[in-house]
Amino acid sequence: MYIRAGAGLSEDASALGELTQGRSEQGKGRPERMHTMKKSLWTESLTGTEPIGRSLLGCIGNTALLRLERLGRNYPNAEFHGKAEWLNPGGSVKDRPALEMIRDAERTGRLQPGQTILDATSGNTGIAYAMIAAASGYHVKLCLPASASEERKQILAAYGAELVITPGDEGSDGAIIRAREIIAAEPGKYFYPDQYSNPANWRAHYKTTANEIWEQSGGRLTHFVAGLGTSGTFVGTTRRLKELNPAIRCVSLQPDAAFHGLEGWKHMPSAMVPDIYDATLADASLTVKTEDAYRLVKRAAREEGLLLSPSAAAALDGCFQVAASLQPGEQAVFVTIFPDSGTKYLSERFWDEV
Amino acid sequence: MAVKVLIPTPLRQFTGKQESIECGARTVGEALGDLTANFAELRKHLYTDEGEIRSFVNVYLNDKDIRFLDKENTRTKDGDTISIVPSIAGGSPNSTND
Repeated sequence: MYIRAGAGLSEDASALGELTQGRSEQGKGRPERMHTMKKSLWTESLTGTEPIGRSLLGCIGNTALLRLERLGRNYPNAEFHGKAEWLNPGGSVKDRPALEMIRDAERTGRLQPGQTILDATSGNTGIAYAMIAAASGYHVKLCLPASASEERKQILAAYGAELVITPGDEGSDGAIIRAREIIAAEPGKYFYPDQYSNPANWRAHYKTTANEIWEQSGGRLTHFVAGLGTSGTFVGTTRRLKELNPAIRCVSLQPDAAFHGLEGWKHMPSAMVPDIYDATLADASLTVKTEDAYRLVKRAAREEGLLLSPSAAAALDGCFQVAASLQPGEQAVFVTIFPDSGTKYLSERFWDEV
Repeated sequence: MAVKVLIPTPLRQFTGKQESIECGARTVGEALGDLTANFAELRKHLYTDEGEIRSFVNVYLNDKDIRFLDKENTRTKDGDTISIVPSIAGGSPNSTND
């Protein structure tokens, strides 16, 4: 059973609804909204009692839908757009599922005040947990392998997360096993979100990402393209978009091999398949080679002014692959997800090599 | 001289599920050459068509990144351990990345 759009939105997300219009990139704020905004400003200045500004967690979601102006010019029948998820306060798309998993656990009583959020992650999800936990007053403990990059550890530590470093040669499996041991020892002390199995992961995208795409594109999109990691982005967004318009073609992307450099992506045939993954949703599934994504990272930065992460560039590469297979005369409006920016990948070798 | 090469999980399908392989070598490059000679399918995963180590493949000699040592010419000694780590999940050599 799916939750209807607009129903059950967390207060963070629904608070955002009012503010979207104010930062509408098209500058076409509806007159009544403008009126409301003016009135509230006037009231504030009279009473001086209403809080101003926005809460940090209220800034999660409602990211800009960026239109590519130059990179897609080889495909004149296609328009390309990406959700700039690095505009979330934690710097990645993972703010959405992390917030939804935490709020869902609060609603259902699985996360109580004083408990610690515990998970095994060294990536963007860990950063999202750490930021949200800091802003919500929870303690967070993350198990991560020693091989995780120093920058990641520093970001997590800066948010006050407690880091449990596991042996580097055991990889993330070692970190997952350690997290489960810690929970088994003191089960009442922790909340373990488990993004691979938690339906609140995909529901975050069902409730927010998909509806934003629909509104920001004026319902014009013909194709939705996204990479698979936990699969939450693709599964949640696709389920909602198909309800809004079943004709939208939804294409999932994977690395071309089990051994790859696309952070956040999973090669489903060889990986532990997430419980929330639904292989029946995609109209088509394509693969992206790591080096092709790297080359597009560099092109996007230099030709479009967009500093994309490898996975964001890989998503765009997937759009271009679909565009190359369009029928003559077929017009397409692509929307994809740019999960994060390139700033956390600046020490990668591809900047000099590919 | 024998060095041990640790095989990351996604590549073990090409080494008959072995987690580590002993190689005879005087340098890191020789060890990887020995490894890919014995397990030919590994080659295209580790090297470009031009014979360079692929950009996302990080190689460590006893926990030190060889790009900050003498790259593939880094000398090895008996008992050394070489790790092959893809640039994902903050550098974790595992397929359960996020």
